[in-house]
Amino acid sequence: MIKRSFIGLIKPRMRYQAIELTPPEPRKIPAPKQVTLLLNEPYDPFGQGKSPQLKKGDPIKTGQKLALYEDSDAYVVSSATGTISALSALIGDFGRSYTAISIDVAENEEIDEQFPALVKDTSLETVKHFLTFIPGNLPDVILSPNGSSTPIETIVICGVDRDLLITANQHTVVKESSSVKRGVEILKQITGIDNIIIASPEHLMQDAGLSGAEVRVVNPVYPASLPKLIMRDLLGRVVPAGKTCEDLGVAFISVQAVASLGKAFNEGRIPVYKHFNLINKDGTSVLVSAIIGTPVRDIFAAFNIDAGEKDRIIFGGPMTGESIYSEDHPIQPDTDAVMIQDQKSLALVSDYPCINCSECIPICPAKIQVNMLVRFLEVGKYQEAADEYDLYSCIECGLCSFVCVSRIPILQYIKLAKYELGRISRAEETNV
Amino acid sequence: MFEQKKFTVSHAPFWHVGSSVSTRSYNIIFAALPAVLFGVFTYGIPAVGVIALSVSSAITWEIAFNKVAKRPPCIGDGNAAMIGLLLAMLLPATAPWWLVITGTFVAVIIGKQIYGGIGANPFNPVLVSLAILTLSWKNFLDFNEVLVNYDFSYPMAYPLASLKHFGVFAISNLKPAALLMGQQSGGIGAIFGLGLILGGIYLIIRGYIRWEISISFLAGVWITALLFNMADPAHYAGPVFHLVTGYTLIGAFFLATEDSSSPVNFIPMLIYGASAGVLTVLIRNIGAFADGVVFAILIANLINPLVDKIRPKALGKVI
Repeated sequence: MIKRSFIGLIKPRMRYQAIELTPPEPRKIPAPKQVTLLLNEPYDPFGQGKSPQLKKGDPIKTGQKLALYEDSDAYVVSSATGTISALSALIGDFGRSYTAISIDVAENEEIDEQFPALVKDTSLETVKHFLTFIPGNLPDVILSPNGSSTPIETIVICGVDRDLLITANQHTVVKESSSVKRGVEILKQITGIDNIIIASPEHLMQDAGLSGAEVRVVNPVYPASLPKLIMRDLLGRVVPAGKTCEDLGVAFISVQAVASLGKAFNEGRIPVYKHFNLINKDGTSVLVSAIIGTPVRDIFAAFNIDAGEKDRIIFGGPMTGESIYSEDHPIQPDTDAVMIQDQKSLALVSDYPCINCSECIPICPAKIQVNMLVRFLEVGKYQEAADEYDLYSCIECGLCSFVCVSRIPILQYIKLAKYELGRISRAEETNV
Repeated sequence: MFEQKKFTVSHAPFWHVGSSVSTRSYNIIFAALPAVLFGVFTYGIPAVGVIALSVSSAITWEIAFNKVAKRPPCIGDGNAAMIGLLLAMLLPATAPWWLVITGTFVAVIIGKQIYGGIGANPFNPVLVSLAILTLSWKNFLDFNEVLVNYDFSYPMAYPLASLKHFGVFAISNLKPAALLMGQQSGGIGAIFGLGLILGGIYLIIRGYIRWEISISFLAGVWITALLFNMADPAHYAGPVFHLVTGYTLIGAFFLATEDSSSPVNFIPMLIYGASAGVLTVLIRNIGAFADGVVFAILIANLINPLVDKIRPKALGKVI
């Protein structure tokens, strides 16, 4: 953990982890006995009136596309061969609901034939129907460019990592440049968008240049690699409060997704290995490669990490990750890091009020009056917070909570406020 | 299912810089120690009595209010102790016990807790208390009257009172360097200017107070005093005299910088500090009181919410 400097006048500058010049290969975790895939569709076998086409005992091949209902768009791609052992509902942060498909892995791996048969034809349809659940996660907005209010004109490939201590994306830039290059070509071909930019740290400029996309350099200090700051610093466009980057015609994609896209067509099979960083209790970070759906339990076992009672397991980095409540939680296509904190070194929040110390004011990259904002959020006055104190300008970097003297969970309040306001406005729209 | 381990689940970020309200309070107390110790050496045991009673009664009032209001006790944050110490620093060493206890009552309960506790007070609690004591028991806070039994090698007339009543001539033999080294009469912790400056620099470097407020406050005092002095040197004392006497230095580093009642943005901090500084000299030179720091900072507290509206435009703000 980065502690406050003795000289508190200097605000903390947290640099992103830079990858070594010759990075070691990620440690490969052997295929687990059971994988769990999280399908982005609620599991509700009784309420829907239609029965799911997947059921317990179904044989599954590696690379097989699994959708819950015949007509649903959401699907996952199986990362292992075996039989379905369970289907269950899983609730994530802020009420997102998933269907968890558990598969008992068989000994012999069989590859599903559907995608390899289509590999000659790099069309948008093929990508849309088989390759959104690849390591790195292909965002929908790129594949259906007319889905957002403004047509997508620019694609930004994130060759930088979103959070501290993570090197997974940088590793892809260095080690998989040929796949990234192929991926960029495919992206141009299927979307017809020529304006593709790769955001890279300065030390990886040359490697990023091999991708064929236009290279722009990202400042190595957190939170410069968050999308809205990349928009401001690299593209010179400020996203208006309450709008998304997609509203301005810019879509973001991680470099791992681009590499997976290239690899899928190069090798004729859907990639299933995801690179991510394992951040141990002592803060050391190792690059790991495991198949999507591997429960974190198996990853901890491979590294002899003992996850004890009251420890904290985090998917994602220390500033923007999400903590999970079970060791069975699987690696997902967009998991860039798994972090474990010992219960002795947890930074806990408190219910203390804001003391107006002004630590959050100079550190906020969005120049929000956090001290006033949090006073409104604490008492649930979300609309006033949005109207008067720039709730929607927040880019959710977490720096205010990081420096807060009273240890108020400011970022949680902000996310909750945005979620609640979103719910209210959706409810109002449907009532009209 | 029941054997499942229970993990800590919470929201990002999962790191914290490690600061806390109590370290903040204790660092301010620590920074005040040079001036406090000097006051103890100068005024002896009566000063120790006032300081000890002030700190302990402030903590007691706080815990009593916590009990009455059925809130969790919050004395652990050190804020009550800090209020007690700062109030003692402003009081004369001979302050009677009931004055100290009334002072801490006003500071902790009326100055802070009835507004909702730490972070919610619109005025600096210490100054609210001292203002009420000054208006209610003027004689007990008249340093010339209460410190009459102290006899040192240097003049024990309260410099600001001498200036007010007898003019520039009365203070012409006072050396600024001697005043800075504490050779003057005044509050227990307010006389040792050098110690206050050292404490202030420590707090600024550690980031516990906002340097903009201290510097603009001192600049406000200096410039206003200089303008008066230039206009009529026979009537008004020079800027350096105003800087090293009275509550100016403790005001700049310990009182005006109180977190809750001061602004957080750059330009508002400058306006706030400077206006308190200007008002200080205005009250001293043409107002009714010998020292203006207390009322000047209270009035600046009053304009704090208004000036703090001057703020930078947030990212992506449309208007």
